[in-house]
Amino acid sequence: MPTLSEADSKKLLAAQGIPVPPEEVVSDPDGAAAAAARIGFPVVAKLCGDGIAHKTERGLVRLSLADEAAVRDAAAGLLAAATPEDGPVGVLVAPMVSGIRELIAGLVRDPQFGPCVMVGLGGVLAEAVADVAFRVAPITRIEAEEMIDDLVAQAVLGPLRGEPAVDRERLIDVLAGLSALAGDPSVVSVDLNPLIVSGGVPVAVDALVEVAGAGAGAGTGSGGTR
Amino acid sequence: MSAPALRYSDDQFRSLFEPRGVIVAGASTHPAKFGFTALHNILANGFPGRVFATNLEGGDILGVPTVAEIEQLPDGEADLVFVCTPAGANESVLRACAAKGVRAAFVTSAGYGEAGEEGRAAEARLVGLCEELDILLAGPNGQGLVSTPASLCAQIVAPYPPAGRIAIASQSGNFVSSLMNYAVQSEVGISRAVSAGNAASLTVGDLLSWYGRDEETEVALGYVEGVADGRRFYDQVRAVSEDKPVVLVKGGMTPGGQQAAASHTGSLASEGRVFEGAMRQAGVCRAATIEEAFEAAATFATQPLPKGPRTIVITTAGGWGVVTADAIWRSSLELMSLPDDLRASIDQKLPPRWSRSNPIDMAGGETRDTIPEVLEMVASHPEVDAVVYLGLGIQSNTARSLMTGRFYPEYGLERIADFHRRQDRRFATAAAEVSQSTGKPVLTATELALVDPDNPGPATVRETERLCYPSANRAVTALEHMWRYSQWRSRRGLSV
Repeated sequence: MPTLSEADSKKLLAAQGIPVPPEEVVSDPDGAAAAAARIGFPVVAKLCGDGIAHKTERGLVRLSLADEAAVRDAAAGLLAAATPEDGPVGVLVAPMVSGIRELIAGLVRDPQFGPCVMVGLGGVLAEAVADVAFRVAPITRIEAEEMIDDLVAQAVLGPLRGEPAVDRERLIDVLAGLSALAGDPSVVSVDLNPLIVSGGVPVAVDALVEVAGAGAGAGTGSGGTR
Repeated sequence: MSAPALRYSDDQFRSLFEPRGVIVAGASTHPAKFGFTALHNILANGFPGRVFATNLEGGDILGVPTVAEIEQLPDGEADLVFVCTPAGANESVLRACAAKGVRAAFVTSAGYGEAGEEGRAAEARLVGLCEELDILLAGPNGQGLVSTPASLCAQIVAPYPPAGRIAIASQSGNFVSSLMNYAVQSEVGISRAVSAGNAASLTVGDLLSWYGRDEETEVALGYVEGVADGRRFYDQVRAVSEDKPVVLVKGGMTPGGQQAAASHTGSLASEGRVFEGAMRQAGVCRAATIEEAFEAAATFATQPLPKGPRTIVITTAGGWGVVTADAIWRSSLELMSLPDDLRASIDQKLPPRWSRSNPIDMAGGETRDTIPEVLEMVASHPEVDAVVYLGLGIQSNTARSLMTGRFYPEYGLERIADFHRRQDRRFATAAAEVSQSTGKPVLTATELALVDPDNPGPATVRETERLCYPSANRAVTALEHMWRYSQWRSRRGLSV
């Protein structure tokens, strides 16, 4: 199934009110350094392209870049790591979003129940912990709140180690945004992992949108819907 | 939210559950055959309508003169046919029945979808035939149906349960029997029960959906393994939940993720997790076991819904209360702290050694009238939403040991045993009365409900048409189901 690039995925999500970091896609190391200077250090740099789905596994994410030289180096390394199968690529430069909590949210099209929204504890342990809740889309804000209440590790959502409680209204906004995307048949699945909780606000620092049909964003609408 | 349209009319459901007359097709003279048992059960449990039967040799079975062909039966007398004939004979049976005005068929015959490719083809033809004939098709390969408002026991298994307000739909016929056995034991009765068999046409979701509209039913109870169309099932049970509670057991959970996907979300979307989320969203009470399902349904059928989570435990002994408090802590109920004015009122009734906190442990300080008085005080307090009462039946248990010992009835034992037994009857009655007068759930739990059901405590709970829970943990589980459903309703602006 074709996927959108991280940058295009986030544009689609931001349009639904899902918080994403301010970020830029550039084509070369100098551009990356300039973007980082505009965004403010430290930054993260990632290889960005339509076909790139497993960045962490491929070493395509460079974190905590503190100055322009580091950004230039990282961008050059990322571009050199691209393979012909990746197609056209760029370097995505984004601020380091800091927070000790990582959540996950997403949209799937279930063979039995059709489009379903998910929320849970995120990060690299998301599948192993599997503290998640699903609902059938579309969902109301009450239903979004109930699915957050379903999570077992409620203490993770409260004030934690000097950080404020997760802003439930903003998390509900994320789930409502995913629910709205369920109505677009060209969107097959959405994966927001992690949503880093920064100052209480869940921010989608990575996103992957699968789309139906051949060209990315073609919106032809048949694949993956019930 | 409106439910998906059912493919059968209300008239057809009435033909199934309240037929004027019933035909048993393939009745047998042999008491070990289904065709005998079905006829026996219909006749033996007081069905007031006309009962007809077919048998190839004719002759008389259980006083019913059988005919070889349905054509020989009068027109328009039977609405339901209970089919025990071999699969190969069923097309002609159903065509003849339709010609006589039959609108619903329960097909118990095997040899359909459960029997390989040929069986699946036969099942598809059976469904098509019933559509053509405009006959509601239940089964095939099901064990039967029960409808107590019509005194109808059309099944090849047992038991016939007491009448009540719980309606059952199950993909497993044996679980229908299990649930009805609990109904017999607890005396919390059943309105309708259907073993859906292969559910070739009439599904568990369709039945639950109709139970939502059935005036004889207060709570719908389902058992499913797979559902053919999850979204339709979701829409159906959600619409029922808006009217009345749905309790569901799902068998056959599959572990792990099922969608090999690029996304983490996809790999977390196991069948079990998605089903769980959908059912919570639909307001359905998922039970892990059959006994939990029955007890939840029986609680909905016999107790008022709690308006909030604040629960008080009343006990005559410490340990019971402690473990029950733990169960409440683990649940979404609230072990409320005892309001000061309530503590002060109870101080007037008990010597100072009582716990003075929740659980209210009377610590043996109670006298003749204390338990009914404390039950009344606690349940009528405006901050209290629900009460769990422990310790019923222990006086009668003592009486039993006195009555079975060799000194009875001398030494005043008869008088004191009578007193003990009378007290437990009073306590059970008081629990039901304060629940009724306050409109709050008051659940009584004791293992004596299982180990000595004739003990006047649990026996009187049954007389008050309530469930005596076999343990406090099980009472708390049932109460939590009610509280979750109550919350689901109130959050959606539905009456509680």
